[in-house]
Amino acid sequence: MGGTSTEKLVIKNKRLDGRKLNEMRKLSIKAGIIPNADGSAELALGETKVIAAVYGPREVLPKHLQKQDRAYLECIYDMASFSTPERNRPGPSRRSVEISKVITEGLAPAIFLEKYPKTKIDIYLEITNANAGTRCAAMTAAAVALADAGIEMRDLVASIASGKVDGQLALDLAQKEDNFGEADVPIAVMPRTKEITLLQMDGDLTKEELQKIIQMNLKACDEIYKVQKQALKNSYKGASKNGE
Amino acid sequence: MGNKVIKKYLTELLSKDKREDGRTLDSYRDIKIEVNPIIRANGSAKVTIGKTEVLVGVKLDVGEPFPDTPNQGVLISNAELLPLASPKFESGPPRPPAIELARVVDRGIRESKMIDLEKLCIKEKEKVWMVFIDIYPLNDDGNLFDASALGALIALKNAKMPKYDEKEEKVIYEELTKEYLPLTEEPVLCTFYKIGSSIFLDANKKEENEIDCRISIAVTKKNTIAAMQKGEFGTFTEKEINSLIEKAIQKSKELRKFIK
Repeated sequence: MGGTSTEKLVIKNKRLDGRKLNEMRKLSIKAGIIPNADGSAELALGETKVIAAVYGPREVLPKHLQKQDRAYLECIYDMASFSTPERNRPGPSRRSVEISKVITEGLAPAIFLEKYPKTKIDIYLEITNANAGTRCAAMTAAAVALADAGIEMRDLVASIASGKVDGQLALDLAQKEDNFGEADVPIAVMPRTKEITLLQMDGDLTKEELQKIIQMNLKACDEIYKVQKQALKNSYKGASKNGE
Repeated sequence: MGNKVIKKYLTELLSKDKREDGRTLDSYRDIKIEVNPIIRANGSAKVTIGKTEVLVGVKLDVGEPFPDTPNQGVLISNAELLPLASPKFESGPPRPPAIELARVVDRGIRESKMIDLEKLCIKEKEKVWMVFIDIYPLNDDGNLFDASALGALIALKNAKMPKYDEKEEKVIYEELTKEYLPLTEEPVLCTFYKIGSSIFLDANKKEENEIDCRISIAVTKKNTIAAMQKGEFGTFTEKEINSLIEKAIQKSKELRKFIK
């Protein structure tokens, strides 16, 4: 948002990458890709690529962070230096600190944290290639990695960002649409109960547009949910074949 | 955070549409505004909501624009959760809560295009005005979000440009002109808090300690939404969000009366 572009982003209801307004980019998820981690997943949403790894429940360090009645959850969202057009300085930024916070808060409702008192669950999310929607892709991947780690959950969390481009509402914004569009609304939801666990918005939208985008996002999350479940099933299939 | 006994008590109280201080669920505590209390700042405001007190200062300087917006001024927002404002704050570099507070306030201002940043360009690619918003809570008794956003809005509205010596290409910080910042919008932030299934405005600290989640909504003068942010571990339903968007638009009209 905030940028200016003379380029048209939507021509005859088609977007720059050829998608329709209500069409999501191709989503693929693979669970169990990092042998050292307790759970992991790799996700590609179009050109946006994320790797998620879960370590834990494990010992809390430093000890004073330990919670007597539940697990201490921490997600770290990080963009690889080569993931963006201009090199991104490695290490945390104010943006990544805020995203890590909202992602942690968006995944926590899905986890039975109270089943793992005095432990820590770490979720590491690395964006290896960024083409918008990275926080949502990271959460979708994180949920699969958590399930892959065998952590008890109420539900998975599915996430997507939609917005307004050239005056029209569009599902799953790509980079130029995010940079030069009029609004961006990332959402995460527990698809089974439809409880919204993350919601952010920036741009300029009327009440009606905003409500419509939320609805669009929730519908898309049902589709993402199917891909997540399939990824988990596939990983178990692989496991039995290898005799694990 | 959290005390099970207090949480149970507040959940029951709120479910009967009651609050400990006698307020309704959708009312704010008393709001008081002090304009330009800080002489050294270009613009400043002290906002008091109940016992919550926030001091916001705006400082202007000249610097280089970002490469992707060579003809626009720069906006930078920061919040310092000073240990003097709460026994829970510690000194040191900003932690996630301070960063989130600053970024949520910033987002409303930036996305509503409140400041006409193009008018802050002095020489394209080289020199632009930089607007620094610094948020200093003085006493945290809950709802720092709305107090800080209101403070930032009023501080910006009352900020005067310092003198700029074009020959020397220097800012003369001591001399303020009569010119105000070029502003186009007035985004108002409304934050809703949820405990159990009750949703209410302007949580005090006792309530805020027990919330399941919150959502901040920035509303423009033309009643559109410029920014939103959900926080903390709980969840909202789509129906709740839809009704809160409407409530935020209504409530923002009331808060606008405090803008000076």
